[in-house]
This record gives sequence, structure tokens and C-alpha cells, in this order.
Amino acid sequence: MRIRSAGVAAAVALALAAAGCGGGEEPNTTESPRAAGGKLVIWADDKRTAALKPFAEKFGQANGVTVEVQAVANDVLQTTFVTASQQGSGPDIVVGAHDWIGNLVQNGAIDPVQLSATQKNAFHPTALKAVTFSGQTYGVPYAMENLALIRNTQLAPEAPRTIEELVATGKRLKADKKVSEVLCLQVGQNGDAYHIYPLYSSAGGTLFGTTPEGDYDPKNLGVGTPESIAAFRKIAALGEKGEGVLKRSITAENSISLFTGKKCAFLVSGPWAISDVKKAGLAYDVTPVPGFAGAGPARPFVGVQAFYVAAKGQNKAVAQEFAANYVSTPELAVALYQADPRPPALTAALDQLMGTDPDLAKFLDAGKDGAVLPAIPAMAAVWDPFGKAEAAIIGGADPAATLTSAGKTIAGQIK
Amino acid sequence: MENREFGAGPATPVPHRGPVPPRHHAGPVTVTGLAVKVVVLGLTVGIAVWAAFPLVDAGAWAGLTLLVAATAGLCYLYLTRRYVPAKYLVPGTLFLLAFQVLPVLYTVATAFTNFGDGHRGSKQEAIVAIQTASVTQVPGSTEYALAVATTGDPATGPLVFLLTDPATGTVSVGDAGGLRQLAAEDVTVDAGGRVTAARGYTLLTIGQAGARSEEITNLAVPTAGGAIRSAGLSRAYEGKAQRTYDAGCDCIRDAESGKVWTADADLGAFVAADGERLAQGWKVGVGFQNLTRVVTDPNISGPFLRTLIWNLCFAVASAGGTFALGLLCALALHSPRVRGRTIYRVLLILPYAMPSFAMLLVWRDMFNTDFGLLNNLLGMHVDWFGNAWSARAAVLLVQLWLGFPYMFLVATGALQAIPAQLTEAASVDGASRWQSFRRITLPLLLVALSPLLIASFAYNFNNFNAIYLTTEGAPFPADNPSVGATDLLITYTYRLAFGGQGAQYGFAAAISIFIFTLVAIIAAVTFRRTRQQEEVYS
Repeated sequence: MRIRSAGVAAAVALALAAAGCGGGEEPNTTESPRAAGGKLVIWADDKRTAALKPFAEKFGQANGVTVEVQAVANDVLQTTFVTASQQGSGPDIVVGAHDWIGNLVQNGAIDPVQLSATQKNAFHPTALKAVTFSGQTYGVPYAMENLALIRNTQLAPEAPRTIEELVATGKRLKADKKVSEVLCLQVGQNGDAYHIYPLYSSAGGTLFGTTPEGDYDPKNLGVGTPESIAAFRKIAALGEKGEGVLKRSITAENSISLFTGKKCAFLVSGPWAISDVKKAGLAYDVTPVPGFAGAGPARPFVGVQAFYVAAKGQNKAVAQEFAANYVSTPELAVALYQADPRPPALTAALDQLMGTDPDLAKFLDAGKDGAVLPAIPAMAAVWDPFGKAEAAIIGGADPAATLTSAGKTIAGQIK
Repeated sequence: MENREFGAGPATPVPHRGPVPPRHHAGPVTVTGLAVKVVVLGLTVGIAVWAAFPLVDAGAWAGLTLLVAATAGLCYLYLTRRYVPAKYLVPGTLFLLAFQVLPVLYTVATAFTNFGDGHRGSKQEAIVAIQTASVTQVPGSTEYALAVATTGDPATGPLVFLLTDPATGTVSVGDAGGLRQLAAEDVTVDAGGRVTAARGYTLLTIGQAGARSEEITNLAVPTAGGAIRSAGLSRAYEGKAQRTYDAGCDCIRDAESGKVWTADADLGAFVAADGERLAQGWKVGVGFQNLTRVVTDPNISGPFLRTLIWNLCFAVASAGGTFALGLLCALALHSPRVRGRTIYRVLLILPYAMPSFAMLLVWRDMFNTDFGLLNNLLGMHVDWFGNAWSARAAVLLVQLWLGFPYMFLVATGALQAIPAQLTEAASVDGASRWQSFRRITLPLLLVALSPLLIASFAYNFNNFNAIYLTTEGAPFPADNPSVGATDLLITYTYRLAFGGQGAQYGFAAAISIFIFTLVAIIAAVTFRRTRQQEEVYS
């Protein structure tokens, strides 16, 4: 009996010790948060976490708030945020792409941010338009990105004004054995709606119509319409059974390395490709993606990165203060640019960086005719079927039948 | 068959079920035994205490009761000398309940709801989200510079907003009762007009305000046009909720357009007369709708059978192919005449040591039509993933390469366990090498390896990565982008449930019930067959 009671006593002691160790990880949450003066939790992807940390700490020290920046992998950030918010264990602020807004709003995961007219004017108008959803501003933008034509100036000194010019130059280079591909535009086995969209829009195709207020209208689907079929006939002419300019074998993984390996003189890509191109030591230039001759301009999608205030955060007042009044400072925008070189959404920061990085202005110019990437939840239904239709048509399938069935699939998935 | 072992026939002794006197057949208490017991029980209780805090915080009393009961039960069980069989069974049973039974029950329960994007929370949460999202600034209204203050203690005193009108510079104090102007001599303001000190009020620092965040967010100072709310901690605006919930009609009304969205308890959404739905919905039970959709939706039921057949072929070919190749290698290296067996074995096991995740991606790139290693090396121009049969052959080839080292490993082990005398005896009796392999080695091997083969089959039946990281289901017929030639049921349903309109967990759960049933039937049939086999050979 004595042994047993000694055992019980020891077990209890150990239990308390273990509980103490377990609780030690999060002293601020288990103890009174009031005493600590509040805590602000920010979720961002790895790259941006590193850039944000010093600024978050400065904000925290200046205001007596504990600020924690936590890294979540980019590909699961949105779903993790939505799930965690629902359970009440989410952050106060999340950093992500603007096309998440539709889904975040329908899940009640983010709150609008009230920006003053002066604050709104400090942003690039496209960036502000992108974070506006159903008439409300839902995020504070900090960076923009869009596709452009990156050209090896040694192989192709002149920027092509049309796709036809580009194809002619590329074919001449190919005939001279200087390159093996006319154009590096990633298609992949299952297509890539984002990268084909400039050509598709130039040839007259749309994804959605617009409402009178200028928002995308999910009820007015542009895929499967005669215009979209006509647009894809032009794309099919460049495909594997046509000119052989667009190929499914050029994928997200190899398109940039083919360009840096001088296998092609033209690359359609975004600001994220530039560091690889610079590393390869190529002489390059950035120009807008050309459209088809005699057709409309190519309109690449413009995406915006933004800060959102979580609707179910613990510390919404400070989160609003941070997002509305602190994120919109040029210093932070410059630091985020240095972590990942995309054009800042803040005009002041852009002007400051323009002198040191001439590519920024060129990318911005390439996105001048761009279309804001749709943030409506219906867009989720478009990516996959549209991409597959693209891949099938580039592989030689009939544009009319393929696009009609893709349109039906998409329409069936939109509520 | 089982009856022979477990049946209650007259010949089998019936286990004694009467009250058994407690038997103290345990040996003397050793120090090590006691120490292990104390440490393990202590850890258990420690984990329980650690888990109790969040449960208390969340007020989850049912969960807390369960936790206390389970922990107390475990402590009692291992501190008493009785219930010896239970001491062996309880830990496994607890884990079975927690990690098998509960998830299955939860999945089944989810299958009867519309849980998914846009339908995650409760109706109340949806209403709050709709109202918050519709708060807009009153047109032409003032933007105030804000300072949060209190008349009492910064941590507990009643909160007020000190608001400066930027145009006139007048300062007002606002609380739930309304707005009152303050005398100019009582306040000090900074260059931006923000109040820095006010007689009778204590200003909150951002840190102090952060601790009372929720109260500040909820504080609205009523005005004629709406209410003044905080935008952060340094600005305030006059805003008005455009859409409000009316409990009388159970609907949402838009103040500007007068449009009404009525709650639909079957859909879990507010629906207008013209059929327009508000995006923010809530979770409701939908009965068998998800399950019937699998059967009735022609887009799902149509390709289901074809996908199932390929799925079965894929699983059988993956398990069988790797086993055949692994066994062949094991047999070849089993012969003592082979020199340098160890080095061969190490080389053959290498693919198993590499992370399959990365290898699948490498293989995918090797199958690239124009730039892939395979076509370049062999001087071919095969569109591997563009053609149904070549794509299927390609994924099976990848599976073979990834899987055979494992089968080689286990077959080598099993071969070494078969006594050499058996085959020697057979050859003395005049059996050919093939005969002795076919009649002696293989049956003995299968007794040991058939559970592994079944496990390999079940694993490959749901081998999501093998398809998703290589072909992603390609090639897809031009007229149907929802199901491809190499799609398994799991990749196909993943696309249905998560590809289109965000995540539809309810529907995904319904499909997993179907897949679970299929795999369970196949496994049950196979286990029955193996048991017969074991009886034949034992």
C-alpha cells in the first residue's frame, strides 16, 4: 500500500511537471492577455514573414503590443486561414493574393478595411480596384504582378509589336539553329489559364461579362461563346498541329529554364522570373505581351498582394490600425519588394524604387491594359476546365466542341 | 471456416464466465516496473491536464467530463491488480476509438450536411458576416481623428471615443449614448488634430487599447445618419450597415434597394425572390442529397464505372508488378553463387531510400514529350501523357520503379526463412527447379507475404500522389474535363469535391463513404480467401 501511494504521489508530481512544460509554449495565451497589452498575430508565407518581422517588431515596441509573424506555406495559407478562423484559432491579419477575397468573404473570414480618401489615393488605381469586392475595400494592397514578354535582346534586339512578328522572329532564329523553341509560354499537360489569358483576351475572348458597376458577373460566362471559340481558333493555329509555337511540353517547371538556357528567345512570365534571368547573365528586356495583328491588345491578369483583417481575430482594433495606417507606409512596401521583387502598390514606394530597378516600370507598363484577376468565388470553377480545354486545343482538339463542353462544365459548377 | 476455431460446438470447452476470484498472479513489484508505470501514468495525466486548460477555456464541459473519466479510468486500471486482460486491451481500444472510429463517424456525419466553403459556420455567424460586410461610410460624412479614452481605469473603465472633426477642429466625446462636444480649453490636440490629453479622461495607449480590442470594435456612437465606428485606433468614420437582419421575417433587408433575402433552412443561405443567394451561408443538414448526387448526377455516375475498373487494374498491377519484379530480384540474389550480393542488394534498395514525393515529380519531367529524358535518350517522340494507354503504362512504370525495392526487401527476408532442406529434399525426389519453386517456395512465401500484398493493394487503390504528382489524371478527353484516363477514384473525386467551387466537405465525405465501402468489401473478400489458403498450407 505504501508503495502504491508513493506511486500516486509521484504520478501527480510528474503530471504537474508535464502540464507545466506543455503550458510553457504559449505563456501569453494561457495567462492573462490583458496584462501583456494585447497580441497581434500575422500570418504570411515564408518569404514575406522574414521581410515583415522587423517592421512588426517595431510596431509592437512603439505601441506596447506583442506582434507575432507566423509563416504558413503559401499553397495552404488560404485554406488553413479559413479553417483556423472558423475554429477561433486564426490570426488577426493574413497576407495573401487578392483573388482569395471572394472565398474569404463568403466564409465570413475577413472584415472590410475603412481607408480614408487620402489613403486610397496613395495606391495604384488598379491595385485598389483589385481589393474592392461588392463595393467594399477588403484589403490593403502592397504589391502587384502581371505577365510580360521577357526577351533575350542578344537573339532578338527588336521588341515584337504583334504575335505574328514574334513568331516570324522566333522561326527565323529556329531556322538558324540559334534556338530550339519559338516561344516559351507555359502550357503543360493540363493547360494554364493564367498564362494563355493574354492571347485569349487579345483574340476577343472573355471569362466573365461585367455588371453595370464594373464587377465580374458570374452569371454571364464568356467561355463557350462564339467569341471564345473564335479566340481559340487563333490559339489553335499556333498549337502543335499548327505553327508549333504553343506546346504542352513547355511547362511551369521548364519554361524559365529553357529561356535562361537560350533554348528560346521569348518568355512570357512575371516578375518572379527576373531573378533567374539575371542569375543566368542574359541581356534581356521586358515589354508588354503582344496581341494578334489587327486584334485587341493582350490583357494579362493583374494580381495584387494584400493585407486582410480577420473577422474572427482576437485583436481587431489593433489589426485595423496596423492594416490601415501602418501597412500603407512606403518603408514597409520597399522592404517587401526587397524580399520578393514585385512592383509595390503604393505609388510613393514605386517612385522610390523606379530609379534603381528599371524593370518595375516595364512590368507596370506591361500590365497597363491588364484585367484584374477575378476574385469572385465562381472563378474557382473556371481554372481547371478552362486550362484543360486550352491544353486539348493546343494538342489539336476541335476548338468548338472542346470549349462548348468546358463552358457547360464551368456553368454546372457555378451556383 | 472460423467456426472450427471459435465455434461453440459441444466438443469445444466453453470458457468459464462465472465470477472469478481476483487472482494475484503478478510477480513481485520490481523497481524498474514501478518506475515505468509511474512515468507512463504520470505522462498520461500530464497530457490530460495540459488538454484540460483549452477545454475549460472553451467551456467544452462534455469533452472535459470525457477527459476526466478516461484519465481516471486509466489510472484506476493500472493501479489496481485486477482486470489483467483489460490492461492489455484498453490502450489499443482507446487508440482505435480515437483514430479510427471517431474519424469515420465524423466523416459519415459530415456527409449529411452541406459543410464547405460558404457554409462553414452557424446562421448567427453568417448574419454577423453579412451585416459587417455591408457597413459602408455614409456618403459625404466626416472622417474623424480618433483617440480612445476612458473615465476610469485604462483596463476596466468605461470606454469613450474622443473625436476631432478635421474641418472645424472641434472635439467631441462619443459613447453608446451619443455625441457631446467638449470645451476647447479642456483638450490638447496634436498637429493631426488627434487628442493627446483631455481633462477628466485617461487616454489609452495602443497596447492598452489592444487588450480591449473587442469592446472598441463593438463601440458604435449613434448619429442621425448611422453610427461612428473606429477604423483602427487613430481614425473613426460614420458608417451605416446597408443590410440588416430582421428576425420578424427571418430575412436580410437592403436599406438602399429594399431588396429582401429570406432564410432558406434547406439550403443554408439567404435567397431573394429572383433566386439570388447571398454568398455567406451556414451549415445545415441536407439528408441524403450528397449521397444521391453521387448516383444520380450523370457527370459523376457516368465515368464512375470506367474509373473504378482502371482503379482496380492500377492497384492490382501496382501490387502484382512490384511483387513479381521484387521476387525475381530476390530469387536471383538468393543463390549463394552470386558474387557481391550485398552490393547488388544495396543498389536495388536505393530507389526505396529516395523520397517518393520528389521521385514522382522527377519521373513526370522525364516523360516530357520534347524535353524529357526518356524520349531524348531513346530517340523517340512519344506523347506519353497525351495518349490514354501510354499514360497508363507510364504511371505503372513509375509505380514499378518506386515499389519493387520494398517487395525485394521483404521477399529476400521471407526466402531466407524457408529452410533449404525443403528444396533439397524436393530435388532429391526428382523435382525440377521450377517445380520446387512453384510447389514449395512460392506457397510458403505467399503465406508470409499475402498480408503485405493486400496492404499494398489497399494502399495503391487510394494512391493519390502516384497520379496527382505525375499525370494529374491526364489525358482528358476534349469533351470532358472532369475525368481523365489515368484518374483513380480518389483523384477524380478530389477534383469534384475541391476543384470546382472551393471545398465541398459534405460531398467529399459522401464520396469517401462509397470508396470506403468498396475497399472494405474487397479487403473482406481477400482476407477470407487468404485465411482459406493459410489453412490449406498449415
